[in-house]
Amino acid sequence: MLRLHPFRYHRPETVDEAVALLAGFGEEAMPMAGGTDLMPNMKHRLFTPAHVVSLNRIAAMRGVALGPSGQHLRIGALETLADVSANPLVRRYFPGLADAAGLVAGPQLRNMGTIGGNVCLDTRCTYYNQTEFWRGALGYCLKKDGTVCHVTKVGKKCVAAHSADTPPNLIALGATLALAGPGGAREIPAAEFFLTDGIWNTRRARDEILTEIRIPVGGPGRRSAYRKLRQRHSIDFPLLSVAVTGDFEENGVVERIGGVVSALGARPRVVAGWDEIAVGGRLGGRVIDALADRAYAQCRPLENIIVDAEWRRAMVRVHVRRALAELAGRAPSAGNGSAAGP
Amino acid sequence: MSGRGTGTVAPPARVREPGQGAQAASPNGSGREAEISEALATIGRPMRKIDGRAKGTGRARYTDDIRLPGMLHGKILRSPHPHARILAVDTSRAEALEGVHGVVTGRDMPTTYGIIPWTPDEYPLCVDKVRYVGDGVAAVAAVDEDTANAALALIDVKYEELPAYLDPHEAIAADGPFIHEPRKKGWNGNITKTVELAFGDVDRGFEGSDLVVEGDYFFEGTTHTPIEPHCAIGLAEPDGKLTVWSATQVPHYLHRELARVLELDPARVRVVQPPVGGAFGGKSEPFDLEFCVAKLSIITGRPVKILYTREEVFYSHRGRHPFHMRYRTGATRDGILTAVDSRIVMDGGAYASFGLVTTYYSGQLLTAPYRMPAYRFHSTRAYTNKPACGPKRGHGSVQPRFAFEVQLDRIAEALDIDPIELRRRNFIGSDTRTVNDLRVTSNGFLECLDAVERASDWQHKFRRLPYGRGVGVAGSTYITGTNYPVYPNDMPQSGIQLQVDRSGRVAIFSGASEIGQGVDSMVTYIVAEELGVPLEHIRVLAGDTDFTPVDLGAYSSRVTFMLGNACIDAARRIKAMVQEAVAEAWGTKPREVLLAGGLAVMAGDTGTGMPLREAFNLAEAKFGTLGATGSYNTPRDVHGSYRGATIGASPAYSFTAHVAEVEVDPETGFVTVEKIWIAHDCGRALNPVLVEGQMEGSAYMGFAEALMEEQIFKSADQGRAGLHNAPSLLDYRIPTSLDTPALESLIVESIDPEGPYGAKEAGEGPLHPSIPAIANAIHDAVGVRMNSLPFSPPRVWRAIQAAGDGGRG
Repeated sequence: MLRLHPFRYHRPETVDEAVALLAGFGEEAMPMAGGTDLMPNMKHRLFTPAHVVSLNRIAAMRGVALGPSGQHLRIGALETLADVSANPLVRRYFPGLADAAGLVAGPQLRNMGTIGGNVCLDTRCTYYNQTEFWRGALGYCLKKDGTVCHVTKVGKKCVAAHSADTPPNLIALGATLALAGPGGAREIPAAEFFLTDGIWNTRRARDEILTEIRIPVGGPGRRSAYRKLRQRHSIDFPLLSVAVTGDFEENGVVERIGGVVSALGARPRVVAGWDEIAVGGRLGGRVIDALADRAYAQCRPLENIIVDAEWRRAMVRVHVRRALAELAGRAPSAGNGSAAGP
Repeated sequence: MSGRGTGTVAPPARVREPGQGAQAASPNGSGREAEISEALATIGRPMRKIDGRAKGTGRARYTDDIRLPGMLHGKILRSPHPHARILAVDTSRAEALEGVHGVVTGRDMPTTYGIIPWTPDEYPLCVDKVRYVGDGVAAVAAVDEDTANAALALIDVKYEELPAYLDPHEAIAADGPFIHEPRKKGWNGNITKTVELAFGDVDRGFEGSDLVVEGDYFFEGTTHTPIEPHCAIGLAEPDGKLTVWSATQVPHYLHRELARVLELDPARVRVVQPPVGGAFGGKSEPFDLEFCVAKLSIITGRPVKILYTREEVFYSHRGRHPFHMRYRTGATRDGILTAVDSRIVMDGGAYASFGLVTTYYSGQLLTAPYRMPAYRFHSTRAYTNKPACGPKRGHGSVQPRFAFEVQLDRIAEALDIDPIELRRRNFIGSDTRTVNDLRVTSNGFLECLDAVERASDWQHKFRRLPYGRGVGVAGSTYITGTNYPVYPNDMPQSGIQLQVDRSGRVAIFSGASEIGQGVDSMVTYIVAEELGVPLEHIRVLAGDTDFTPVDLGAYSSRVTFMLGNACIDAARRIKAMVQEAVAEAWGTKPREVLLAGGLAVMAGDTGTGMPLREAFNLAEAKFGTLGATGSYNTPRDVHGSYRGATIGASPAYSFTAHVAEVEVDPETGFVTVEKIWIAHDCGRALNPVLVEGQMEGSAYMGFAEALMEEQIFKSADQGRAGLHNAPSLLDYRIPTSLDTPALESLIVESIDPEGPYGAKEAGEGPLHPSIPAIANAIHDAVGVRMNSLPFSPPRVWRAIQAAGDGGRG
């Protein structure tokens, strides 16, 4: 089988200890939560840190609870995807996020993988997620050990795809990410966390740890939905992901609507111009079609995943439409002060 | 023309009810079938696999579970180039690395081999040239895997790159440099084999047709994906004896090739085949690792193990060939076939493997279950700079069957005949000969069609379901073992040896390969049936060339039929001795002595009896140590006399029909296969549970190829020509349990006149119709013909888009 390189394994019990270890070893160290992304990547020699800092013993990074005023739900970054997908609070307030967490990989991987790890998931590309031998035969690529992007041929920018299921939902829901680093703690809106550079597509510094995710609960009319395109019903990363969220008046009139399309490039794309189409009216067939057209016009997948890019693009329209139809039909998620069930 | 054993007319085949034992199976059966059924105590009943518990609880010891004292770990250096000359290999830096005990290159084993003796074109490690990305160049043995990997990085190989051929048509058209030196001067070194055969007057057949349907089809390559990667351990001992443990399905052929290539006395070479964790044809010839562990052990004097990575399993391949196929099929207005013509270009990859046979099979195995008055095929296998293709479950005949069964569906559509009815009208019958002169004996194909038609409620579904939903049917046949070994000889195809202990324990020494299909269980059931011994008193020692008689291997669905007959042969020899000894003690005739239920009893006087152990002791006292051998060889009058007539010949053929029901999402192109009904004529189900397992596994594997699997490669403008697209189980997609359709197995028993208790194969035949049945169901659902595999969402979506744009509809 493929071998891991030799490394030292650290198991700090507090965030401060973990941050100190990462800062102390600098480029030589990487944090690891569930390890379901980092382990295979290390076996592929995409990362060869001399020090792996496990976060698993840090109790402060666990737990799902409503904030003091009940305005936010806080999810510890170490919560497993299995737990997030089954958590009653997450299911109640953010059914789209619960669905997304439950659609990551397969059951065993969701039992190990964490939501924090999913948010920080490395970007993926057919020319990158391969063995050392394979990448050597290729002549390597821009993202790792090489100088050429085999997807764009000419570009000097890595276009590896953001492939995590939960971030599009977190962005659409207006979540905030809490980071801890040598310079102290800071917060970034999920919508600003991601960059367009596939080599390192987040604002997290290499010695920072994502500790917590905070999501505003919203009003009683908030709804969310998630659609994931993949060939198999389990295991696979998304070929395309669509997260939508909206605030609805009791009579079904749209107050606010947002959509995020991902798995196409390095950064999840927030669809522009939806409010002007949908706000003030009901989410009916013609509106949904117009919103889907708007999303389609803004998305151009590349051949970074080994599946027909033209088909993936056409599926943007279909999946946005289906996600919105689900939103239109879905009972409102139970926001503050609402007694309505899930 | 009819061959041996066809003098009696077989009773009609019947469909087994689920869970039915043999005794209850045939209340209205007649003649021989009923007699046999009623007499059977073990055969035909659902039973455990004898190794099921060990495998289910993790106690089975596979090759990689074996750890020998002082064992070294080997790794193979592989070519990063699809096609290149090797100018120099410098291993000195690797040899100098601490912990490295041995390094070998192609020059250490400069003898070619090949599973087919006429096309030996592989070296254990490349000598002058590499021919695909992943071709082995050198191997090291070191104290551990990390040291071995570090040593590989220190081997310097100088290459001169050559143009790479990825497309078989381009390879055939090229005039050099060829991938292989032509076997004869003037030949094309990019062609393994061309076969052209014609039977009957094909051109006149087309002239007399009311309808001629033409179509181009493409079957993408797929690989086996066994869960257990290939693994081998070599142990050379100071006395010159070599033992190789290997996850192989052909220990006998491996034994021969190891001795020949390494220039050893075969009597001092031992091949042991531990339980194999899946093979499907992917372990049916020698591989580089087996030669390397042997040579490295000889050099180092220590045991050496090599376990392939998953990536290496994809490179070793030998899976299904990509086929480019053109079919012309003629029919009368009543749907009766008049002529069939095919032209096939096969993409063989870098080496011949079984390719000579594959080339024949691509044409020879199409001639049943439908009568063809005239048939012509022209098949060419090209070499390309990709991993070698070979035999995968349904070797050489799954691809043509896909094309042909879609052709039949098009004929049925054009003539407005129900596609099941069309197939019935063309049924070839039992006890007959095909147009290419293959002898067919038992044939339960009509019963298979009836069974799937009834179970699927076909009459209420075909052309009656709403848009997006559809049903499709397909049929097929497959060999029950190939009639001849890969090297010509007159010795038996299967041998077995039984030995009886004074405790009542019976040991079976079987040369056959247990690869999960249940052969060790099968011979246990037969011994239990013949000698009346309880299953728990029977032991099997299998797949060890030092101790077991030769069986040619677990390929071509030959083992149940051939080894089963050998086992009956051996068991009946012992039975005769026991009956004679007991009869003498009782003063009766041997045939009055029955062996059943752990006892010897007197027929008609069940009060007279003794435990089997005592009966065995009486026999040992009378005849000496109790043992017997049994063997089986094929009948020789089952095929024609033209060149190539022996390839495709088999002592019996299985028959299958499937109905698939699908739902197609026209917006996305996603095909959901809701259910497949599988009816398979296996002659007789020796253990219906194992037969159903083979039917379900086959249908699953065909379904997987239909919808997902693609063994494909990067082109030059994707960075590196011939680089495997996705050599991992994440990106080479096989369906998960969530994707798998409901599968309903309908066992049809035609009771073959020559099979053991009437049994025929069940391991490969039931795969064939899955793919065309799904293709035909997609057509019924959304009106598009899927002529290229796989029917992935983008492909189906494009086909629907094209039809919607006023395309072919």
